[in-house]
Amino acid sequence: MTTSTVTAPASTRAPGTAAAPDPARTRRRRRLAQWGFVAPAVVFMLLFFGYPLVRNVVMSFQHYTPKTFFTGEAPFNGTDNWAAVLQDALFGKALWHTLVFTAGSLLGQFCVGLALAVFFNRRFPLGGVLRSLILLPWLVPMVVSGIVWRRILDQDTGVLNTFLDTLGPIGHLPWLTSPDLALLSVILVNVWIGVPFNMVILYGGLQEIPKELYEAASLDGASAWRTFRSVTLPVLKPVITVVLVLGFMSTVKILDLILALTDGGPADATQTLGTLTYQNSFVELDFGAGAVVGNALILVSAVFAVLYLRADRTEGK
Amino acid sequence: MASHTTAPARGRRLGSTAVGLLILGVMLFPLYWMLNTALQPESGLLQVDPVPGDPDLSGFSKALGDQGGHLLTSLVVSLGAVAVCLAVSAPAAYGLARFGLRGSRTIVFGTLITQMVPGIVIANALYTSYVDLGLVNSYFGLMLADASLGIPFSIVLMRSFMVSLPGEVLEAAEIDGAGPVRTFVRVVLPMSRNSLITSGLFAFLFAWSDFMFALTLNTTDDVKPITLGIYQYIGAHVGDWGSVMAASVLSAVPAAVLLLLAQKHIAAGITGGSVK
Repeated sequence: MTTSTVTAPASTRAPGTAAAPDPARTRRRRRLAQWGFVAPAVVFMLLFFGYPLVRNVVMSFQHYTPKTFFTGEAPFNGTDNWAAVLQDALFGKALWHTLVFTAGSLLGQFCVGLALAVFFNRRFPLGGVLRSLILLPWLVPMVVSGIVWRRILDQDTGVLNTFLDTLGPIGHLPWLTSPDLALLSVILVNVWIGVPFNMVILYGGLQEIPKELYEAASLDGASAWRTFRSVTLPVLKPVITVVLVLGFMSTVKILDLILALTDGGPADATQTLGTLTYQNSFVELDFGAGAVVGNALILVSAVFAVLYLRADRTEGK
Repeated sequence: MASHTTAPARGRRLGSTAVGLLILGVMLFPLYWMLNTALQPESGLLQVDPVPGDPDLSGFSKALGDQGGHLLTSLVVSLGAVAVCLAVSAPAAYGLARFGLRGSRTIVFGTLITQMVPGIVIANALYTSYVDLGLVNSYFGLMLADASLGIPFSIVLMRSFMVSLPGEVLEAAEIDGAGPVRTFVRVVLPMSRNSLITSGLFAFLFAWSDFMFALTLNTTDDVKPITLGIYQYIGAHVGDWGSVMAASVLSAVPAAVLLLLAQKHIAAGITGGSVK
């Protein structure tokens, strides 16, 4: 591909010096060639991750209208976007939904994932095959999973309500169409999506725990629950941290799933900072307002990162 | 061990298998339902039978007719994204693993930090730049954006592999007079084959399942991957769930094929990419 060609350092050697290479100079050339390996990736990441961060801050102080993309004019308007977004009640709601969605998803994914990891850590016929087949849902595009679940959760003819009918007269629950239930439904679907990933990583962690620890625990007469709490969990802690940190970073920014399931509705009940950014920028073409919400989303991640790093440091001491 | 198992122990193991099957059944049910609904296109908005008594493939032929082009677009864009991703990240991974450059640690840390930047924030800024650069509605623009999904992951994964390459072999190549580029192409890349495959697979999966960039960086129907195609399909074909589900099944086929062909690499990528 054209972007990635590593160009050789273009140093032209002065004629006559070729016979006796200056060591400092060859070293410098060597360094330059070595940087040539790394530079394309650094440039790419600066363009696709660094630049958007900066640009979003700038954009949040600019006035974008649908006309901007014809005229190219987006005048600075001070803190107008910020004031407009922060005064809108929807922003607070979206922030709250983001936190609930993230916390709920992480809790569900982690608990179910850990339970399955512990379960598959036993040896039984077909265990390995079943464990790897559980990965399948994770490989389906998230937006497609969302659409499949939208059909399953349909109030009148979805298979979940049909199934619940056979259990008793609960009535058909409006999973995705009631403002009270929709966020919970979206969380449950996201738990389903995240379980395989959690399970695989936690399973890998369980496999690393030395058998002797369990033997010692059973010699001491510890119960299964006690062993789990006093041996498994403490040893597994680094892996648990990785799962939760990665889970947070990928969950807080989820957009595909919510758009496919509810489009942020009903009555904005599943609107998160991610979907609100999308709606402001790409539906209403107010990129300034979208940038404000996007910055808030980054801020949430940053606060989490700082808390995590601080907790990590105090623990290391 | 097997010869010593007592009858109750064997019973307990089979019990575990039964529970395992049940768990798998619950986890895979939505995928089954997707296939099942796809095979009953006439049910439309009505209830779908638990099993397709009389499998009807017309949903698939309709989906293929409507979405076949989008599948092809997805394939082209994803393969392009994989090429960009590997071309950018393999040399970088090698450089960061072996050259001891000043600032390497910062770059690796920065690579991890990129995972915190939400895609919609990237799209927000990227769209305005893409408009200026004329990259909106272009294959190349979408390939570049999709490549960004795989690059940090690939750098981290390949770097952690290349750190453990045997130093003697690389030094031997240098003594033979091979420059860094030659050493990289002739020695490092062949030795890193497995981590290259794993990175490429994941880059493909990330690009294939991308929805956000497809949604935000395209304003016309020129470059429409399957994820976007299906999303717009439900808007336009509210009653035609059979075709929507058939298209969904088709969109899941590459992932299923990859899982079957390269199960080992995928498991390695999930654990290796997160727990170094």
